[in-house]
Amino acid sequence: MPNAFWCVVEDDRAGHPKKVMAEVLAEAARLSGGRAEAVWLTDRAEPDGLRRLAEWGAGKIWLVEHPGLAPYRGEVWAPVVAGLVAAQAPRAILGAVTSRQREFLARLAARLGVGFAADVVGLAMDGDRLVATRPVYAGKLLARVAWARPPWIATLRPNVFKPADPVAGREPQIERPTVTVPDGALRLAERREEVSTGLPELSEAELVVSGGRGLKGPENFVILERLAAVIGAAVGASRAAVDAGWRPHRFQIGQTGRTISPKLYLGFGISGAIQHLAGMRTSKLIVAVNKDPEAPIFKIADYGIVGDLFEVVPALTEEFKKLLGK
Amino acid sequence: MKILVPVKQVPDTATQVKVGQDARQIETGGITWIISPYDEFAVEEALRIKEKRGEGEVVVVSLGPDRVKEALRSALAMGADRAIHVNDPAFNEADTLLTARVLAAVIKQEAPALVIVGRQAIDDDMGAVPAQLAELLGWPSLYWVMEAAIDAGGRTIRAGRQVEGGLEVFEAPLPCVLTAQKGLNEPRYPTLKGIMGAKKKEIKDLRADDLGVAPESAQLSIVRLETLPPRPPGRIIGGDVREAAHELVRALREEAKAI
Repeated sequence: MPNAFWCVVEDDRAGHPKKVMAEVLAEAARLSGGRAEAVWLTDRAEPDGLRRLAEWGAGKIWLVEHPGLAPYRGEVWAPVVAGLVAAQAPRAILGAVTSRQREFLARLAARLGVGFAADVVGLAMDGDRLVATRPVYAGKLLARVAWARPPWIATLRPNVFKPADPVAGREPQIERPTVTVPDGALRLAERREEVSTGLPELSEAELVVSGGRGLKGPENFVILERLAAVIGAAVGASRAAVDAGWRPHRFQIGQTGRTISPKLYLGFGISGAIQHLAGMRTSKLIVAVNKDPEAPIFKIADYGIVGDLFEVVPALTEEFKKLLGK
Repeated sequence: MKILVPVKQVPDTATQVKVGQDARQIETGGITWIISPYDEFAVEEALRIKEKRGEGEVVVVSLGPDRVKEALRSALAMGADRAIHVNDPAFNEADTLLTARVLAAVIKQEAPALVIVGRQAIDDDMGAVPAQLAELLGWPSLYWVMEAAIDAGGRTIRAGRQVEGGLEVFEAPLPCVLTAQKGLNEPRYPTLKGIMGAKKKEIKDLRADDLGVAPESAQLSIVRLETLPPRPPGRIIGGDVREAAHELVRALREEAKAI
């Protein structure tokens, strides 16, 4: 379909799209009047992964399955997708804010000579142009941005856009275009897996529990992990906790860490420095627990408890257990 | 080995930022300017590679008005050898693509073996320039690099990028673009000697004509800057710890339906 809105698939590296694609596809369908299509570059696409994309609203799936496409390399992906764009002329190309899609879509935009907007939290049609809203200056301001010409290319922040209601039983319409996958210069030498915490990944998690200097030491994060395990949350940390060496950098929320937008953010012993707020102020619901009633985080919190987190966290964990029958 | 590091001057995180009169730019009066923190990781990594190899040159480049010289001086004080300042009002409203074109033109003139850039600048947080630069140059790029090493012959680099769930270590032929992620290193503070020495180092001024880059209009432009909509006022839950915990969980379930 000409002038479709394309959604570049973020997958779990095992043949299935990540759930953030339900959000990207739904937004693409809303803006285009139902003309959302998926573009999937991968070394393997599982049949139920393809079905899931169709159920989330992908009218068509442009599938390029090739061993050279994993792991992602920008210099290999960009010419492949640019070739498809030249043939199909999509009106927009949307992705999710993940490490590789941020790089890939910027690179694709340069190849096509068009504009790119990263980390978008709102999209709206204004006549026949698309206007995107994105946080700037540590989230202190919002910028509305627009493109000089299509295709409009952007990455969407996870958990911000309403996900599609899946339509069960929709059969995927798969197109396998003939493309040349270049060799590329980068060679993967090794992949080091992180020790799995068993908890959700921070940037996609719907619930996030986060700890700061008030935790007093790395050993005390275990009480947050217990709480997180009960409600199924990811565990993050403030810069103070990361700089003190209590948590690895990948758990840092804030300006020099991850930017997150969960449905519920619970901050313990975090004062709420601007640089932390930059990473979490678009959370839908914010809960803060801090000994200091003057802590700036209370200014943006929906619910606050002024108290000692070493008493509040175990009490909260018990209450959540009761509520959830665990 | 020549290493080029583009840096961007940005408002300090703690600075109050106000929407300017035309609503498309910020008011610049009273702002404290710094080098974007990720770019400091990039400068530091370039200096470490040079020091480890015992040879080489680190060149820092920035686009912007006169004030940008301060950021370049800071990088020179850290130890960079010389600086290039692209100072041309024609680029005042450059988007990431035009910025990348300008930097690519500088890189073609300078022909470095390696370009290291911060993963994103903390003003617009776009993070697009490194990848766009690599695309325009036709070079490979690695994002969010946490560790990097160049082989003894200076022909290839081994660098690890942070991905969801792990680290992917790649080997790449030089030249190549790396983006510096927090955790790559701990940037040094300039010494007094470094600060004094920086005053004597060269900052070369370049304009659009020197680079042969047409100051074309932006592909992405700001329509309007806005302040954040206010959040509804929050509620402090009092009482003893057990009561407060109970009430919070009740409110999260019944009022906010968040759990």
